Amino acid sequence: MPFDEMHDADGAARAHCRPYLEWLQKQPAELLAAKRAEADALFHRVGITFAVSGEEAGTERLIPFDIVPRVVPAAEWELLAAGLRQRVRALNAFIADIYHAQDILRAGRVPAEYLLCNAQYRPEMQGVDVPGGIYAHIAGIDVVRADDGAFYVLEDNLRVPSGVSYMLENRKMMMRLFPDLFAAHAAASVEHYPDVLLENLKSVAPPGVTDPTVMLLSAGAFNSAYFEHAFLAQQMGIELVEGQDLFIRDDFLYARTTSGPQRVDVVYRRIDDDFLDPLAFRADSMLGVPGLLTAYRAGHVTIANAIGTGIADDKSIYPYVPEMIRFYLGEEPLIANVQTWILRREADREYVLAHLAELVVKEVHGAGGYGMLIGPASTRAQIEEFRHKILAAPERYIAQPTLALSTSPTFTEQGLAPRHIDLRPFVLSGREITIVPGGLTRVALRAGSLVVNSSQGGGTKDTWVLGA
Amino acid sequence: MLSRTADHLYWMSRYVERAENLARMLDAHYRLSLLPRTPEALVQGWQATLTSLGMMEAYRLRHDEVVARTALRFLAFDRGHAGSILSCLSRARENARAVRGTVTAELWETLNATFLDSRAFGGNTENIDVANFIEWVKYRSHLTRGVTVGTMLRDEAYHFTAIGTFIERADATTRLLEARWRDPGGAGERLLTEASEWAVLLRALSAFEVYRKVYRESVTPWRVTELLLLNPAMPRSVHCALYYLLYNLNAVHHERSGETERYAGELHARFRYGRLEELCAGGVPQFLDQVQGRLNGLADRIGADFLVAGYTG
Repeated sequence: MPFDEMHDADGAARAHCRPYLEWLQKQPAELLAAKRAEADALFHRVGITFAVSGEEAGTERLIPFDIVPRVVPAAEWELLAAGLRQRVRALNAFIADIYHAQDILRAGRVPAEYLLCNAQYRPEMQGVDVPGGIYAHIAGIDVVRADDGAFYVLEDNLRVPSGVSYMLENRKMMMRLFPDLFAAHAAASVEHYPDVLLENLKSVAPPGVTDPTVMLLSAGAFNSAYFEHAFLAQQMGIELVEGQDLFIRDDFLYARTTSGPQRVDVVYRRIDDDFLDPLAFRADSMLGVPGLLTAYRAGHVTIANAIGTGIADDKSIYPYVPEMIRFYLGEEPLIANVQTWILRREADREYVLAHLAELVVKEVHGAGGYGMLIGPASTRAQIEEFRHKILAAPERYIAQPTLALSTSPTFTEQGLAPRHIDLRPFVLSGREITIVPGGLTRVALRAGSLVVNSSQGGGTKDTWVLGA
Repeated sequence: MLSRTADHLYWMSRYVERAENLARMLDAHYRLSLLPRTPEALVQGWQATLTSLGMMEAYRLRHDEVVARTALRFLAFDRGHAGSILSCLSRARENARAVRGTVTAELWETLNATFLDSRAFGGNTENIDVANFIEWVKYRSHLTRGVTVGTMLRDEAYHFTAIGTFIERADATTRLLEARWRDPGGAGERLLTEASEWAVLLRALSAFEVYRKVYRESVTPWRVTELLLLNPAMPRSVHCALYYLLYNLNAVHHERSGETERYAGELHARFRYGRLEELCAGGVPQFLDQVQGRLNGLADRIGADFLVAGYTG
């Protein structure tokens, strides 16, 4: 039986959810149906949509929104927040170490060949100092709860994590649909996230810049996360720019404005390393700014997240994060990792190949729920296909047990039913670490499905962190 | 502000204004078709419209002959070319989407809703009530303008939005006039027919009552032309559009934009101080052509000084 967030094993309401569930029971079914329709109409009108890769350009879809919130009691959140803080501190220390002295490699705690031959390792960053030694300014850490009731970190997203706009818009929507609920429940507020983010970005401006100009670099209106880019830029009151709006002169970064060039000090980029600078990375990229890397290395502009953070959220590095926490902080991890087999290791590989039908196999560089095998939900042919893939390139895969993600009551065609969920809180690192109490709860809307990704039929919920 | 942002705002408002003026042009045709005219005269009217819009070539690529129904659908519903009303509404929304962080949420939502609603007019266009459609387009344009004026901060973003609106309006008014002048229609027939044809143009531009107030005499081509070109208080006149264009252009002045302001000011001065007899001494359509050329030149200058190319020097 998976752990249910609102009901205990006997089906009774958990204490922290009781007031909500009592309220929910009193709501007439027609009213709830009307509220769900209203939410859909509002999301469409406001244009909170995403583009689906592989579909015709310009196709926009809604991410389904579930009106039943995910509720996190105060004590659990305290533990989660402390664990995330610890983890992100260690991850930043790790990236700084890898691009400088590489102590952890010399100490033999992480195998050097996993790193230095990794496509995510950017030799251009070796020896480059970044403000405050912070690399992953914005981290989206995916946390799941397993059937033992404990939280586990499933994935660290340290490159361009997305989804925070849904955390904010889902709350706004809930407040609009059910204002009376918020009067009765002390859900911690998340609305100040854009302010915290802006302060955080300003705090890592190049040394000597007192009133930094921050801009958000987007791939443009056809990017799947464009709504979020525009939304965050607007909420922070900063310019939303594309590569074509920026240029480098004398190793400084400028924006083309109606009244001439304007210096840019901090770039909150929402495009991958590969596309940032056609002179340094992919030459065919039209999205970046030629010469940006040189300006960055000269310390004239801060890029958030830093170039090369991918080295720490690579799935082949993930198993070593607990080791990083011990090595850099001298602490034991507060939130555990999911057990992970590394298929380039012979013993791990043998075990995994013998148990493919029970396990989840993931591509090391995969994302978005693509390129993975969920053993228990796959056919024999799919499993055999993966066996061949693994044997052909074992270093490209890891495997994990199939976790029974916790469930939360969710509206479905058949009424209220448990559906699997995860949680992505956003951890901001600058002069200090800040976590807005909440996050993005994703929900797998198909019965029994464990895939919460929006590209694969996942939806979202509002996330309430209750006051102590 | 970013040059690209200014460019999107400028085109966002140009497309909204263009959609409205196309609707007004269709309105004029719709009203003309209710007058006692020969079938040939109706076709000639459409030919004059397509020519003055510069869309005859695009039309000929798709259709062999000019037929009222086909021409109307071409200008209103055909998404296959950039010049139809539905294409304009979709482009206005695309431009707004690219700067949705710069415009107010209400403005973006208005343009987005217009676009979402406009999709209902796709597919089978046979049964669409055209008069209704025209009203809807004008209404959405009024609404967009109201939201713009009522919610936007009076900063550069507003000025570039206004510049787009007024340069498009000045251009559109000359084209509406030109189409009427080039349409031989009822000309040469009874005076009454001519008067009603020009009255149709006034009504399409919401200017019939205005005309009565200003002139207190029967409708003549010359007077209508004077009203739509030179009247400083008539909001759709070229003079009035140029006045607001110049005002907004001056508001975004920078050290390299002086020549563009002079160019716009000179054009405005011709409407401010010129006499219709002298301006149109070489013929009204000829003068209108000249003005359109000038407006294109001005648009190019605005583009080079402020918009997408930007200034990097």
